[in-house]
Amino acid sequence: MAPSLRSLRRGLKPLVFLLCLAPALWLATGVLRPDWVALGANPVEKIQDTLGLWGLRLLLTTLTITPLRQLTGQVEWLAYRRMLGLFAFFYVASHLLFYVIVDQELAWAILLEDIAERPFITAGLAGFLLLVPLAATSTRRAQRRLGRRWQQLHRLVYAAAVLGCVHFWWQVKADIREPLAYSAVLVLLLAWRLKRRA
Amino acid sequence: MKIPSSQITPERMYLRRRELMLGIAGLAAGAAMPAAAGPAAVMPVRLIERLAYSRNARYSTTETATSFADATSYNNFYEFGTGKGDPAEQAHRLRPRPWSVAVDGECEAPGRLTLEDLLKPHPLEERIYRLRCVEAWSMVIPWIGFPLGELLRRFQPTSRAKYVEFTTLLDPRQMPGQRYPVLDWPYVEGLRIDEAMHPLALIAVGLYGETLPNQNGAPLRLVVPWKYGFKSCKSIVRIHFTERQPLTSWARSAPREYGFYANVNPAVDHPRWSQKRERRIGSGSLLSRQPTLPFNGYATEVAALYRGMDLARFF
Repeated sequence: MAPSLRSLRRGLKPLVFLLCLAPALWLATGVLRPDWVALGANPVEKIQDTLGLWGLRLLLTTLTITPLRQLTGQVEWLAYRRMLGLFAFFYVASHLLFYVIVDQELAWAILLEDIAERPFITAGLAGFLLLVPLAATSTRRAQRRLGRRWQQLHRLVYAAAVLGCVHFWWQVKADIREPLAYSAVLVLLLAWRLKRRA
Repeated sequence: MKIPSSQITPERMYLRRRELMLGIAGLAAGAAMPAAAGPAAVMPVRLIERLAYSRNARYSTTETATSFADATSYNNFYEFGTGKGDPAEQAHRLRPRPWSVAVDGECEAPGRLTLEDLLKPHPLEERIYRLRCVEAWSMVIPWIGFPLGELLRRFQPTSRAKYVEFTTLLDPRQMPGQRYPVLDWPYVEGLRIDEAMHPLALIAVGLYGETLPNQNGAPLRLVVPWKYGFKSCKSIVRIHFTERQPLTSWARSAPREYGFYANVNPAVDHPRWSQKRERRIGSGSLLSRQPTLPFNGYATEVAALYRGMDLARFF
């Protein structure tokens, strides 16, 4: 058997933390540089897209933990799930806040219209709202207090991930290759679970 | 001493002399220069050419022009890829010379013209136009070109020529984005004949005083400033006069989202974007939304073309 993952946790956890933070740091340095040169001609779009993409990527990464545990027989993977999930929430929440404050400049009438009339925005917002209770109950204490219901509640992550993919898919104009790839990964991750239960 | 104007280094070339030197060095080294130099990559040097033109103040906005770097690195030109940076990265594959344009359909004088023959009779002028993309961003571009109507008249369209259709080059080797059926290639756009004859409709062969960079639609493209950017067909190889309204590429791909007219209209939203405001690229602020104007601010000139039409229906 491979060297115990547990013995690597002390070194690996800070590394994973830094890796998860890297996209945000890259954006921050891009904003601080004159004329946002690293962010291209449309920095608002670049920041918006980067935050959203990493939110979805980390959400899907969170969903790989259970299959990895089952495939390798090591429970150690679970030690990283909370951090990945919270980083996913951090990017999704930043994506939403950035859209509201910077992209739409707090124009509430336009925001309400967007939410009501543009299905991809409705889907994205719904996905975010589903993640809120999950982030709020991510502490060990909440886990203990909720007991069995904690696990039931956290199944919402599947719906949130589906909504995240739908949000991405409905947002693109014609080239669906990228959202298709993310959706395919999600379908695999969900299919794995269904197969295990069957 | 009087220095002939041909001897004076044009300002743009002067400002870009380092890029030009880099370009020459890159060519000498045989390096894949545009890919290596990133999104702001320069055109192969031999194609950068200063154009002779006059300024058309009447049809030019006084708004600040978008920077050359932004206008040539942030493009929608799906023939080179669907990312905004893809055209600048991939467009070096396009060979804009030699080039010819086929003219056919409802006209007395059809034929195939070389680029040189097509351009020869037309004095070039600079027009600084607003460019409004359907994705709710905008730029201000100093185009070099000539009125589309003057070109079309040379072919003597008949009374049956109610519309004119434009087609972009189809060649997946030069345009790698065409290897995927993102749209039904080749790209087709069209105008009603009175729209095409309107003096604001332009055939552009350059921008910022220079030959059109490949990623902006070299060697010749349409510029219809009161319509969303996708109406302005790039790298044109065919002009077809027709009695029937052309089935244009985006209207075919998503008829609910893109109409034939595609006039800039803050009152008619796209299903995915509000069209009430736009983001001006390169405005120097992250908060760069400004209101969108009917017909992109050209209502005085063009609104009469659509008198009596329901613009929410004919979007």
